[in-house]
Amino acid sequence: MNATAYNFAYLDEQTKRMIRRAILKAIAIPGYQVPFASREMPMPYGWGTGGVQVTAAILGPDDVLKVIDQGSDDTTNAISIRKFFAKTAGVATTTSTEQASVIQTRHRIPEAPLRAGQVLVYQVPIPEPLRFLEPRETETRRMHALGEYGLMHVKLYEDIARFGHIATSYAYPVKVNARYVMDPSPTPKFDNPKMDDCPALQLFGAGREKRIYAIPPHTKVVSLDFEDHPFSRYRFDAPCALCGADDSYLDEIVTDDRGSRMFVCSDTDYCEGRQAAGHRGTESAAPHKERVHG
Amino acid sequence: MYVAVKGGERAIENAHRLLAHERRGHRDVPEISLSQISEQLSLGVDRVMTEGSLYDRELAALAIKQARGDLIEAIFLVRAFRATLPRFGTTEPVDTGTMQVRRRISSTFKDIPGGQVLGPTFDYTHRLLDPHLAEEGAPEAPVTAEPLAVMPRVTDILGRDGLIEPSPEGDADTPVGDLTREPLSFPADRDLRLQNLARADEGFLLALGYSTQRGYGRSHPFAGEIRFGEVEVEFFAEDAGFAVPLGSIPMTECQMVNQFKGSATEAPCFTRGYGLAFGQSERKTMSMALVDRSLRARELSEEIKAPAQDEEFVMSHSDNVQATGFVEHLKLPHYVDFQSELGLLRKLRAEFFEASGRAEPLQEAAE
Repeated sequence: MNATAYNFAYLDEQTKRMIRRAILKAIAIPGYQVPFASREMPMPYGWGTGGVQVTAAILGPDDVLKVIDQGSDDTTNAISIRKFFAKTAGVATTTSTEQASVIQTRHRIPEAPLRAGQVLVYQVPIPEPLRFLEPRETETRRMHALGEYGLMHVKLYEDIARFGHIATSYAYPVKVNARYVMDPSPTPKFDNPKMDDCPALQLFGAGREKRIYAIPPHTKVVSLDFEDHPFSRYRFDAPCALCGADDSYLDEIVTDDRGSRMFVCSDTDYCEGRQAAGHRGTESAAPHKERVHG
Repeated sequence: MYVAVKGGERAIENAHRLLAHERRGHRDVPEISLSQISEQLSLGVDRVMTEGSLYDRELAALAIKQARGDLIEAIFLVRAFRATLPRFGTTEPVDTGTMQVRRRISSTFKDIPGGQVLGPTFDYTHRLLDPHLAEEGAPEAPVTAEPLAVMPRVTDILGRDGLIEPSPEGDADTPVGDLTREPLSFPADRDLRLQNLARADEGFLLALGYSTQRGYGRSHPFAGEIRFGEVEVEFFAEDAGFAVPLGSIPMTECQMVNQFKGSATEAPCFTRGYGLAFGQSERKTMSMALVDRSLRARELSEEIKAPAQDEEFVMSHSDNVQATGFVEHLKLPHYVDFQSELGLLRKLRAEFFEASGRAEPLQEAAE
């Protein structure tokens, strides 16, 4: 029971090869969920094991890794995953979207546009967009095979009939490359348009559900909608209280128990970058930041 | 002026340091040793080895100590370690017929060749708290008996007369499935189902097995035999060209005898449900045998209408490491999605109050 010397990026090479094969297949069939033999990772299922396995399989010694959760580099689980790779792969880490070659994310797509050569790795809890309409995997796989997505349109239509709007605000379904309906992971629908024609490679890993899927660079990604009820983004209508940005997705911060609240960028790197460039919001303070090691 | 809260690396480190402190408990109390856990909490160790899918008493004891006695957390630790181990191959099937039996009972026959052997069991103890155990003290030495001869399995006795379906023959050319190496797909064959059940949460199987007894997919079970003892483990070494003994391990096996099947062309006979686990794990193997039999509904042309008969339902939710991870991930921040939902809900409410002509109950302070 000595301290075990783990392989580069934790996973053994055979496992990485198996995952890379699944990734290649996923890239070849955009939006299709490829089953893979997901391993038990040293962090819990549901906490990013799929994303971690994809990142481990694609990471090389020269990569620069950024990890975000809810858009932020400083949330506890993002720190935990970043430390895991800093320790097991010894790769350089960053909080800068621009400088990163691999970005692992949970629930957000960075505000700064991604570029060619970058890889965005999403952590996915439930990869199946049809799951809450049909719980059986045997059924949903058949529906995908036949391109039978009527059930999804009926669901969206029923939303409109009941609420006047499509009542899906995150994990909003998209159609990839005019073929597969895909779950973008629980990102707010604000982020959906960023997936379309993106120059970066987008990989999705679901560890517990044992699925990998992908959107290759410059692939057409369309949010499902109706002609008379077109897709719309949601963003709270206010500038960021720290950097004044009026184009970024905002977190709502409750500041007391009397209903006061403020809105700040969920993407901390974007917000800090703007503040460093001299942009100010109504609540600006000197940017405080805990140093990230490794 | 506002400074955003940062979840810091230091906070995580300090939390883990505090956890280690709490795990140790009061420093005046002697620290528990792995051998104490292995020897005196042995059924917990058996469960962690079984559901952790790794036979190693010392590692299981370490996991229990590290997990502060939380067995699901201990199972998770063992699983994560197991995932890093190289795989050399599969052993020969263990022959439970040649088990060195320490306990063996049958509820289908009053007496059987080899006899009923109670062995170490909670059965027939009166569940009265024993105040003597609060103090240290040596229990009486156990009564010794002649080592037991090899005992035939009760199902083999039934099988000689064709009263029970034969166990399926192993096929050397068909490798046994392994859901830790190949992603599971449905419908799943019985080898994969049994592997899934062997790793499954004992409580989940207990409840499912119980549900079949209460009528949700009834299968008329009899405990044909439950046996616990040492079995030899052998590995076929390609280099040597023969099976090499690796040692012996304690296992529990349960064979349920269930309602018969038959047709115009086939004589009616009893059917089987099977359970097998490391160590002494009777509740686990009995529950497993009930659920194994229920999951054979498709194969035996039975109508599938109860949860315990639905392999996709059972196998997708039986793993406590998967289940605990996903349930507990709700602790992670979800405020980006929640903000999205809040925005939608506020919009829907505003439209509702506008349409109904009623005033909104609370003015939004920040707007």
